[in-house]
Amino acid sequence: MSAVIEEHHHDGHHHGPDKGIMRWVFTTNHKDIGTLYLWFSFLMFLTGGVLALGIRTELFQPGLQIIQPEIFNQLTTMHGLIMVFGAVMPAFVGLANWLIPMMIGAPDMALPRMNNYSFWILPFAFGMLLSTFFMEGGAPNYGWTFYAPLSTDYAPPSVTFFIFAVHMMGISSIMGSINVVVTILNMRAPGMTLMKMPLFVWTWFITAYLLIAVMPVLAGVVTMMLMDIHFGTAFFNAGGGGDPVLFQHVFWFFGHPEVYIMILPAFGVVSAIIPTFARKRLFGYDSMVYATASIAFLSFIVWAHHMFTVGIPLAGELYFMYATMLIAVPTGVKVFNWVATMWQGAMTFETPMLFAIAFVILFTIGGLSGLMLAIVPADFQYHDTYFVVAHFHYVLVPGSVFSIMAAVYYWIPKWTGNMYDETLGKTHFWLSFIGVNVTFFPQHFIGLAGMPRRIPDYALQFADWNMVSSCGAFLFGFSQLLFLFIVIKCIRGGKKATDQVWEGAHGLEWTIPSPAPYHTFTTPPTSMKEAHG
Amino acid sequence: MSGKTEASKTIRQLIFVVVGMFGFGFAMVPLYDVLCDVTGFNGKTAGKYTAKEVQDVREDRLVTIQFLASNNANMPWEFRPKVRTMKVHPGKLNTVEFYARNITGETMVAQAVPSVTPFHAAEFLHKTECFCFEQQQLEAREDLDMPLRFIIDSQIPEAVKTVTLSYTLYDVTEQIGLATN
Ligand code: HEM
Ligand SMILES: [Cu+2]
Repeated sequence: MSAVIEEHHHDGHHHGPDKGIMRWVFTTNHKDIGTLYLWFSFLMFLTGGVLALGIRTELFQPGLQIIQPEIFNQLTTMHGLIMVFGAVMPAFVGLANWLIPMMIGAPDMALPRMNNYSFWILPFAFGMLLSTFFMEGGAPNYGWTFYAPLSTDYAPPSVTFFIFAVHMMGISSIMGSINVVVTILNMRAPGMTLMKMPLFVWTWFITAYLLIAVMPVLAGVVTMMLMDIHFGTAFFNAGGGGDPVLFQHVFWFFGHPEVYIMILPAFGVVSAIIPTFARKRLFGYDSMVYATASIAFLSFIVWAHHMFTVGIPLAGELYFMYATMLIAVPTGVKVFNWVATMWQGAMTFETPMLFAIAFVILFTIGGLSGLMLAIVPADFQYHDTYFVVAHFHYVLVPGSVFSIMAAVYYWIPKWTGNMYDETLGKTHFWLSFIGVNVTFFPQHFIGLAGMPRRIPDYALQFADWNMVSSCGAFLFGFSQLLFLFIVIKCIRGGKKATDQVWEGAHGLEWTIPSPAPYHTFTTPPTSMKEAHG
Repeated sequence: MSGKTEASKTIRQLIFVVVGMFGFGFAMVPLYDVLCDVTGFNGKTAGKYTAKEVQDVREDRLVTIQFLASNNANMPWEFRPKVRTMKVHPGKLNTVEFYARNITGETMVAQAVPSVTPFHAAEFLHKTECFCFEQQQLEAREDLDMPLRFIIDSQIPEAVKTVTLSYTLYDVTEQIGLATN
């Protein structure tokens, strides 16, 4: 394999990065851009986290303590928007940038200049979104789902900035996805057939298509809002012949595929990590690919499970109920495959593996509460309660977010050339694991007992579990500072990583030196023996 | 690498999908309206009804119909049904009145938007005359009794014992472009 490996001691004249800040502004290097995305995502994760702690502080006790209802609504809205569009999505794009070229033996992404633009749009989009906090009338306060006419007739003036911020994020995601698809279709090394691609590449390939299909619909719905607000149309205004329920249909046509956009790459990450630490090949590679594709397809035809209570005819309720439950089948296939991969494996439990196993268990809990919500008559009770909050936090935090952390621990030795501190990594894992469960598990109980979501005050009977939940939130939140510390420590030094890093790791990215040189695979690799685990 | 042309072809196709899906978002608007008209989703009632044949009056059945009137936010008019509830025989023509009064000092235009619960009863509620078919313009402090004539279809399922017809009144003065002072 040595022929494929680039010179380790690179000469710096042609191959090295530029010096100083301009390196980052103008860079078209996939590794630099990946790094930028990941740091941006982490910054947004902390920002969104601060807002969440504001929410949990107010909910620590019943009654109104420190945050007034108007501000509270802004906190929940901005928390959701920032975590979804600022933290989770850019983190996966960052991983895609770092890993896809290295995994398919390509020298870079197919469209490097566009790659630079897609990243640099984001700081402006989020700068604009965050600046609404200082505007008259305050930040968006209509929930991350921004249902019209709450977000049109009754919105603060900052809604226009919100709309443009969403447009910019959409453009960024669409450009990023086009880049991913073109890279995967055109830049694979000879011999890297589609069915040899690592699952992370596969899941991103499918995610990119989802993004290309639904981000324009999101752009459309905010454009309609813009027109209703400023140009006198009445898409969502019943008085003018429009219909507010239409908003929900268009939004969720985007929104449900969007939740899968945030989980499919996570499936890819976990499918890379579990085989490494179980020292076995991934069980059922082909079925994983087909399951991912079916989940993506099904995600387009289940959107109204978010709207069971708006008044859909019985036939519609039944259809959306069964279609939604159908998604549990390919999802179950995946969980089964991960468990089967671990079965009788020679397992070790380094930090990435701990996060990956926690992912499998806790994501499954989130999937099961999803199934409960899919039951129409049950959803009439659960809808808009904390049970829904518990559901989607289980799939998104110990789901998507844990997978991102697992990925960072797993690949950071390749990125930096140093091993992270294993003891600290495990400590971070256990603090996060306990924090997440203490925060979100009680929300199932208060949800079933009837506590509505998005309220700053609540009835006394919900007090105990809310207090528990708030304590968990602070534990989880502050543990992430440890994560930051571990990452910085690892960048600055540590035990030198070998090229393969993990004994059981397979794949092209483990054949290049650690840290990965600035340019890799400028000549394509020749052997695909190592393609996937 | 299979060359630049291959890549630009892929890019063109993807941009085509992006533009197409943006259009699809907007296409959902008329699609949705057609679906609602056909199925009565959302409790939307149909427009003016003209009887195709005279219906038998079901003297043996009584359906309770409740009337609700509410104002969209910022709509200051007084608006209420003159009777809140009545029992009617399916197939028979009934008349009720709603009362509206512009309590402000300015001329305003309003539009009432109906909705029926349960939703599947919507297609069995026929309106031969309704103030919601047109907009209402009232001078400052003017008031008006607005008629509604309706028939509950004699085919309405037996299971339906009560129908609620609710109107929300919207201020459309600005959309109409009426000078506000
Ligand atoms: C077996 C799989 C799943 C099923 C059956 C399912 C089902 C549902 C249902 C029925 C709701 C609507 C609940 C209500 O509002 O009353 C819902 C909400 C939600 N789900 Fe899932 N879900 C599944 C997986 C996921 C995944 C993988 C994610 C994201 C990674 C996700 C994210 C969400 C979010 C964010 C919401 C709430 C949206 C909101 O109203 O703010 N779900 N889910
Ligand atoms: Cu959904």
